[in-house]
Amino acid sequence: MKRKQVLFEMPYFFWLAFFVIAPILLIAYQSFFNIRGQFTLGNYATYFTSATYLRMTLNSVWYAFLITLFTLLISYPTAYFLHYTKHKQLWLLLIILPTWINLLLKAYAFIGIFSQDGSVNQFLTFIGIGPQQILFTDASFLFVATYIQIPFMILPIFNAIEDLQPSYINASRDLGANNWQTFTRIIFPMTMSGVKAGVQAVFIPSLSLFMLTRLIGGNRVITLGTAIEEHFLVTMNWGMGSTIGVVLIIAMFIIMSLTGEHKKKGRKHND
Amino acid sequence: MSKPIITLKHVYKNYGDTNVLHDINMTLEAGKFYTLLGPSGSGKTTILRTIGGFVTPSSGDVLFDGQRINDLPANKRQVNTIFQDYALFPHMDVYDNVAFGLTIRKTPKEVIEKKVLRALKLVQLSGYEDRSISELSGGQQQRVAIARALVNEPQVLLLDEALSALDMKLRKEMQVELRDLQQRLGITFLFVTHDQEEALAMSDEIFVMDDGKILQSGTPVDIYDEPVNHFVANFIGESNIVPGKMLSDYRVEFVNKVFECADAGMKPDENVEVVLRPEDLDIVAPDAGKLVVTIDTQLFRGDYYEVIAYDDDHNEWLIHSTNPTKDDQRVGLFFEPEDIHVMRYGESEQAFDARLETYED
Repeated sequence: MKRKQVLFEMPYFFWLAFFVIAPILLIAYQSFFNIRGQFTLGNYATYFTSATYLRMTLNSVWYAFLITLFTLLISYPTAYFLHYTKHKQLWLLLIILPTWINLLLKAYAFIGIFSQDGSVNQFLTFIGIGPQQILFTDASFLFVATYIQIPFMILPIFNAIEDLQPSYINASRDLGANNWQTFTRIIFPMTMSGVKAGVQAVFIPSLSLFMLTRLIGGNRVITLGTAIEEHFLVTMNWGMGSTIGVVLIIAMFIIMSLTGEHKKKGRKHND
Repeated sequence: MSKPIITLKHVYKNYGDTNVLHDINMTLEAGKFYTLLGPSGSGKTTILRTIGGFVTPSSGDVLFDGQRINDLPANKRQVNTIFQDYALFPHMDVYDNVAFGLTIRKTPKEVIEKKVLRALKLVQLSGYEDRSISELSGGQQQRVAIARALVNEPQVLLLDEALSALDMKLRKEMQVELRDLQQRLGITFLFVTHDQEEALAMSDEIFVMDDGKILQSGTPVDIYDEPVNHFVANFIGESNIVPGKMLSDYRVEFVNKVFECADAGMKPDENVEVVLRPEDLDIVAPDAGKLVVTIDTQLFRGDYYEVIAYDDDHNEWLIHSTNPTKDDQRVGLFFEPEDIHVMRYGESEQAFDARLETYED
């Protein structure tokens, strides 16, 4: 029994060791070497003193924040109304469907839609506004990134809303709360777990988006993801690339602990 | 008769082709303890939800204090519900749960605090303000749910199977407490349960329901002693029900013998059902009994023995006896004429009440 269990756990442990722990250790190790292969703390020093890197970090966080915010603003109402629609499983499938398509294909599709003679500009010409520069702007980058992340936000929120017992809503109405009060005081706080899971699933990958920054953002948006790609593939400064990687990993842990479960602190009412 | 606080007039509820409520008429007076009693699926919870504002009747009227409230949303009604699963908000502590209704009404903070503490004291949970809901036992959660409802000073409190999640001992304690609370506060309680003992113990008046209809309403004693039909007799307490024939007023024949009884007002030779409660049957010597039976088995129930016996026609008789008997022993069963309760087939409650009035003073 016990031996069998160990046997079943083996593939998982190997996976964890080779594809999670080893790469993290390698990145951490690599980050202590400069471009000539000498051991140094210089990469970190450079990172934390260089205005370029710090601006890039802020930029990444800022764009990831915006993407997460827009995704949340769209996903919560969608998940909420989805819960009350008749064929919700079908609608949900339609929302998940785009995630089956390769990210690169979707990016190219948007290049087609947003380009100078793409369908959006054709429409703008048709209604008399004339063609605009849409591709390679911050707005188009945010739009496409949000579009891509939406399913990952809707799913956990939708599940949290589905899990909510209707008797809580009835109890709230019974105690005198109208629809809006019921939403703000009961439904939203009780589905926070879904929101947190969604934020984790969207914010962290958004920190290191790099393909979209090139294809849609036209390199006008430089994030940490772009910088890593640049260091590994162009400047061949693996040490610096790894350093940024380590910073990203640490940022992820910070986000996870911020959005994780907290023990509520007790509070005194009667003194 | 004090003034009616809630009246249901010819209330029907259909879901598609299914009839959940069928011509429900009921009047609740202020300050009384009412119970809706019936098996699951009988429509009792639907009635509660209709009054609470979560179900709109298909036809008929719901009146509150003389005003039609069919279309009044739940949050505007002066009734509060205690839900079967309590529905305490897990993201709030005990204090915030109880204060919820008051904060919605924008009550000043000091008033809220005073009222919440008083409500918690009422349900004996003083000092539990800062506890989170998950830290409470089932009984404590029950009390918080009661406090959360009572703090809004509702005129009617609706309780949906409120005690069914508690264990036996706690349940009995809460029965006493709920009854006591209702009498102290003087507000109307409408309690839904499928547990007949609970209904008998707590209520001023019971509505027995089956299949979307109210079969009988009355005081616990009335319903126990004078069940209107087979279903009510079987559902409330244990009973021996045998087919019989009403020979004339006060004379009924069953198990091929003629007995004197206290019922009248039926057609001569009408086929009826006869109810004898197990506790009304006394075990005596065979020659002193009105019936002679053979003991089959007996179960010790603590405060009595539950005896199962068969007469010579193989009818089963359930007897509650304070003294033990011996298996396979032949004994006599003795009962008074008043212990025999005769039920007509298909008689409605109204017809039953009218017939009773013709010969009872």
